[in-house]
Amino acid sequence: MVDEAFREPLLRWIPLLPLAVALLHGISLGVLRRPWARGAVIAVSCGAPLLSLLAAGISFAHLVALPDEGNLLLDVVYTWIGAGLGDASFSADFAFQLDALSAVMTLLVTSVGLAVHVYAIDYMDHDERDDRGFQRFFCHLNLTMGAMLLLVLADNLLLMLAGWQLVGLGAYLLIGFWYRDATHAYAGSKAFIVHRVGDFGLLVAVLMLFWALSDVGAPTMAFRGMEAAFGELATRTFAAPDGSAEILLVDVIGLCLVLAACAKSAQLPLHIWLPDETASPTPASALIQTATSAAAGVYLLCRLSFLFAAAPLASTTLAWVGCCTALFAAVAAAGQRDLKGVLAYSTMSQLGLAFLAVGCGAYTAAIFHVVAHAFVKCALFFGAGTVIQSLQGERDMRRMGALRKRLPKTRFLVLTGGVLVLAGLPGSAGFFSYDEILLAAYRSSLPGREALDWMATATAVFTAFYILRCYFLVFEGDSHVEREVRAHMHEPSNLVLGPLYAMVLLAVFASLLGFPEFWGDRIGIEDSNSLANFLAPVLSNAPAGKLSERTEWAVIASGASGFMVGGLAAWWLYLRNPKLRARVSGSVATLLGLVRSGYGADEIYDRALVRPLLGVSDRVLHRGAEQGLIDGLAVNGLARAIWLLAQNSLRHFQSGMTQGYLVVTIGGVLCILLYLVR
Amino acid sequence: MTLISAQVYLFYGFAGLAVLGALGSWLLVRNAMAAVMSLIVTVVSLSVLYVLMGAHAVAALQLLIQAGTALVLLLFVLLLVNPDPGGFGTRDPGQVVIQIIGAAAALAVGFVIAGTVSVTLPLPAEAAPGSGGFRELGVQLVTVYAVPVEAVGLLLLAAVVGAVVQTRQEGR
Amino acid sequence: MVPIEHIVGLSALLFTIGVVGALVRRSLLAMLISIQLMLNAAGLAFVGFNRIWQGSEHGQAIDGQVFTVIVISVGAAQIAVGLAMVLALVRNRDSMNVEDMSVLKW
Repeated sequence: MVDEAFREPLLRWIPLLPLAVALLHGISLGVLRRPWARGAVIAVSCGAPLLSLLAAGISFAHLVALPDEGNLLLDVVYTWIGAGLGDASFSADFAFQLDALSAVMTLLVTSVGLAVHVYAIDYMDHDERDDRGFQRFFCHLNLTMGAMLLLVLADNLLLMLAGWQLVGLGAYLLIGFWYRDATHAYAGSKAFIVHRVGDFGLLVAVLMLFWALSDVGAPTMAFRGMEAAFGELATRTFAAPDGSAEILLVDVIGLCLVLAACAKSAQLPLHIWLPDETASPTPASALIQTATSAAAGVYLLCRLSFLFAAAPLASTTLAWVGCCTALFAAVAAAGQRDLKGVLAYSTMSQLGLAFLAVGCGAYTAAIFHVVAHAFVKCALFFGAGTVIQSLQGERDMRRMGALRKRLPKTRFLVLTGGVLVLAGLPGSAGFFSYDEILLAAYRSSLPGREALDWMATATAVFTAFYILRCYFLVFEGDSHVEREVRAHMHEPSNLVLGPLYAMVLLAVFASLLGFPEFWGDRIGIEDSNSLANFLAPVLSNAPAGKLSERTEWAVIASGASGFMVGGLAAWWLYLRNPKLRARVSGSVATLLGLVRSGYGADEIYDRALVRPLLGVSDRVLHRGAEQGLIDGLAVNGLARAIWLLAQNSLRHFQSGMTQGYLVVTIGGVLCILLYLVR
Repeated sequence: MTLISAQVYLFYGFAGLAVLGALGSWLLVRNAMAAVMSLIVTVVSLSVLYVLMGAHAVAALQLLIQAGTALVLLLFVLLLVNPDPGGFGTRDPGQVVIQIIGAAAALAVGFVIAGTVSVTLPLPAEAAPGSGGFRELGVQLVTVYAVPVEAVGLLLLAAVVGAVVQTRQEGR
Repeated sequence: MVPIEHIVGLSALLFTIGVVGALVRRSLLAMLISIQLMLNAAGLAFVGFNRIWQGSEHGQAIDGQVFTVIVISVGAAQIAVGLAMVLALVRNRDSMNVEDMSVLKW
């Protein structure tokens, strides 16, 4: 646990620099309405992530140099909320902490963020649409990156909640960036609304956690305080009124957190925003799907790992949700025609595997998977963006092919750093992380463990299949590109290739980071899994039961075989024997269509939720209550009643006859006199 | 004794005259001039009653202002307006019944109200010496009742202005 | 002397005649005459009550007469304005019938 906290004043600049830049852009565009020159935008917008990365690196060095394991660096800016007195006092600071988990996430976000910003320079330069906005895009990018950094560096749950909401906002702004297209704007709104559903879960969890902690006498929202006071909460339960059913308090909180994480990381049932996310520009997709929104969900789960370690029901739910999503998304990705669609479903699937790891108690494996996935997916997105731009905006893979001749460098980088790693080539980070997750599932004591294992293995098969299918359709085979487009194809500039190189290098480097103990022991390296060792004091990993060596080999073999089977199938169907593929896809055409559209999830949501809600709003609330009741009855009805009264009886008093008025007057005076005199 | 009873007879006599004059102004429908004249009869008898009750100043003012001014004005307007020879129009027989009923009702209410006036002091036989003279009245008007007098002055001013404005013809 | 009830009764009688006249007469001038009658009746009541107070310990009380003077003045003012209005109305409508002047109908 945490023994001591050391001051590190650099920490606050890591999130604040990008946020400040976003604010500056916002002011100059929104208030002053004087956009900056391109050079200034680039300098400032890429300078901030660069400085954040440097600050993160220096802070990381300081952290590693700390005397004991498990210490952390702290930077308190000011006391944000202070309430109560004495024993019942509560305070939440605007403060940042850097422990092992935060450090890993910060480095991840800053490095990926910087690469995305540099990539975006060239990408947005080629933007020809009439709703383009060079400075606006960088504003949103910086905002999202700054928000994510706020999220991972926050030292208490409330500040993290703030970052969480801002990340949702950033996702909305980026997805609906090209706003003239109604579908893009709709996709942005959809993402935001789905995020809000998750936010509800998070809010409930935060409130319950606070209530429970203050009950125990430790009202705090700071993570280290929560962890310390957590022991007493682990046994509390909610009981049904008749005492028949009981549920752990931590399970309820955990389930709410699962809801929140599902929304951010696009797992079932809140996954519907991710396929539409591809409406955003590619750099934005890269940022959202790798380092920000997607990773935020897993970060939340791992940050509160002490809670999940004590919540079996929540963990089981998490594992099942993740595994089902993984398989579901992998199959859907195998049927996609849209290049970015494949990548979107792929993200969903990989995050499902990370959720599975968290559910099985292997938090370090989950973080390793997220890190590796971030680098790999970012590389793939960069490559995809290059391909799409060189094809003048073509995204349908049926109209690509044989791009290896025209884009050799891109092809090489994408293949080595993206495709093969994701597919799980033995020796790559993908392979190692799959194995870790499969082993974790095997070791766990969750109900339905065998089913989970089978689903995870099937996911591995489909993963290899879809990503290699994607590669073959785009880069290999015969060219289906239009002639004029083909003539203009060329390799992208160094501004694009540079980040791509960086991501590929990092993806390869990641395999060294998470080198499993199993292999390390084999080749004589002690404590080879540096990432896991680094994170271990902070995350409450489930104890690693000892498995027999045979079991371990079997699991590894199943992972590797997944790669082989999937890859072979892709190669056979898409390269060697296209006619067979045509026949297969012809026979399962309807099924394929269903899969391609994401199993009709959008339709289901539309019919089950959206339309009834709109119907109720329109017919019941608007026409019924508002127009009928309030307007018609209360307001208009009252007016009409008064009008009727006046029309039929009251107006006859206005006869215009002087003497009539006199009679009334004198009668009134007499009445008053009678009253006074009596 | 005889003086007292003479006063009493005079009183009731002129009271009856006043009532007759009032009724006359009401009943003499055909001849407008006659109606106004009977009203003047009422006013004059009231003036006499005031004298009998010892309010000499008020009696004089009543004659001067009411009979002398107001009713003369009425006569002038009557002549100006040139009513149809039928006077104040015909008397509607149906209306008469209603009028009688209404009058009776109003009278009843009036007497009810009047009957509730509980006064324990009887009307004294003689007026206090010098109590109705102009000197005493004037003193009161200028000292205690100065404000109402000024108010009445304003009222008269407003009335004059109003009358002038009303009867002014366009273009003159 | 005369009991106060009789004086008040006389005043009430005259007032009633005036009220009923104002209510039932159709000619404008007739209404004005009735209104004058009402005013006179009120003045009579004031003087009568004043007479009572003269016999009591207040002795020189003259307030009732002051009020009567005011009532007379008000009557004069009223008839001036009223007659001016009648003149204007008759000039406009050529009729003295109050029923012809019901423009402010609903």
